[in-house]
Amino acid sequence: MGELFATYNILGAFGLTILLTVSSAVGSLVIGTVVAIMRVSPVRFLNRVGAFYVNVVRNTPLTLIIVFCNIGFIVNLGMSFTDNIARNNIIWAIIGLSFYHAAFVCEALRSGVNTVPAGQAEAARSIGLTFGQSLTEVLLPQAFRGAITPLGNTLIALTKNTTVATAIGVAEISGLMKEMMEFRPDVIVVIFLIVALGFVILTLPIGLVTTHLSSKLAVKR
Amino acid sequence: MKFGRTIVAAIAVGTALGLSGCGGGGSAAGSTVKIGIKFDQPGLGLKSGADYTGMDVDLAKYLAKELSLGTPEFVEAVSAQRETLIQTDQVKFIVGTYSITDARKEKVSFAGPYFIAGQDLLVRADDMSITGVESLAGKKLCSVKGSTSAANVQKLVPGVNLQEYGTYTLCVDALKAKNVDALTTDDTILAGYAAQEANKGQLKVVGKTFSKENYGVGLKKGDTAFCQKVTDALNKYFSSGEWLKAVEKNLGPAGYKPGAGNPPTPAPCS
Repeated sequence: MGELFATYNILGAFGLTILLTVSSAVGSLVIGTVVAIMRVSPVRFLNRVGAFYVNVVRNTPLTLIIVFCNIGFIVNLGMSFTDNIARNNIIWAIIGLSFYHAAFVCEALRSGVNTVPAGQAEAARSIGLTFGQSLTEVLLPQAFRGAITPLGNTLIALTKNTTVATAIGVAEISGLMKEMMEFRPDVIVVIFLIVALGFVILTLPIGLVTTHLSSKLAVKR
Repeated sequence: MKFGRTIVAAIAVGTALGLSGCGGGGSAAGSTVKIGIKFDQPGLGLKSGADYTGMDVDLAKYLAKELSLGTPEFVEAVSAQRETLIQTDQVKFIVGTYSITDARKEKVSFAGPYFIAGQDLLVRADDMSITGVESLAGKKLCSVKGSTSAANVQKLVPGVNLQEYGTYTLCVDALKAKNVDALTTDDTILAGYAAQEANKGQLKVVGKTFSKENYGVGLKKGDTAFCQKVTDALNKYFSSGEWLKAVEKNLGPAGYKPGAGNPPTPAPCS
């Protein structure tokens, strides 16, 4: 096992998995919040656009989105950020992962918004707050606190979904796993266990933290 | 309640189907033999509709007939699953650009080699700037993630600008779209792509190999008797001229000539 760690940069590959996870988590949180606001806003056009986005993106396989980021944007449209292929693919993978998971973040937030009693929104409007004010002062703070569990689930799913980035050659852990399996089929079970254990180490704390936070930060009504 | 019962029934049926799908790994039962091949390598092992074509397929058919194993039933042997397929008796043997390596010998035995291939480069037909592995500096290269070729070229050309995909087909598309400058893997696979109808005249194999891949027939570890039979059949395959015919039929259209050392002398079984 030590030999595997010496020959292959397993920790580096997990590092890239973490980089993909964290960057895409931030990206999807930002995009998802915007889409969620569109979906709860009083403007019908924005409602429709938000719903359309969620329904299209959520129901498209992630592999398709990631491969399209490469084949569509890089190969056919020539939209490259840098000449370094590996770095370019990482950036596009983060973009693809962010837009995909934004749909789930949006729905998680919307479920959080639903935990806020309708009376509060009415009260906010009746004391003269605008839609923006009632959103940022009343609705969203409670929505985020109510949506911690589904957001945590989305984050765990995102962590594991980063493995799809291997389809366009991002050197994260599942790509390395394929390489190790190609060269060392004699220790295939050990390789498999290392990768599985690595993901448990990454995702288990997320679950524990979100469970803890969801009860600690829950809005007591 | 009724709904619940429907679900139970559905699960029961699904399980039964799943079980029957998994059964029947042995070859002794009927007159068919399960052989692992690649389904996605033109010229070597390609599934198109219900047909299988390629050099590996021809060899597999020859072996099945020569050893009277029965009608071949082809099973896709994805690279990462090859050892498991053999160990668990899901296939009798595998002929799928299966390079003989020491690590693999820990899990399976090999008869052969039946072909010596080497890593090479596939470039656009009008590209004169790439003449071999030493002219790759500053070029964009493509290969398959986790493959021997990808790891090998990164060792030979440190810091190479390498695009890795899940399949070679995507590499071929990127090469034709001028997004990468070369595709690297075994010359046999490259010749297969160059000979494909859709790529004819657009791509060429550079023809300067920089590795040696000994393709063998993968079979159950320690089954010396079967290994010996396959080896004898391989020797007959070479001497009867069938081998050359299969190579020319499948890889010839791209102007591919087998490299030095072909046809190889199969190693003794142990």
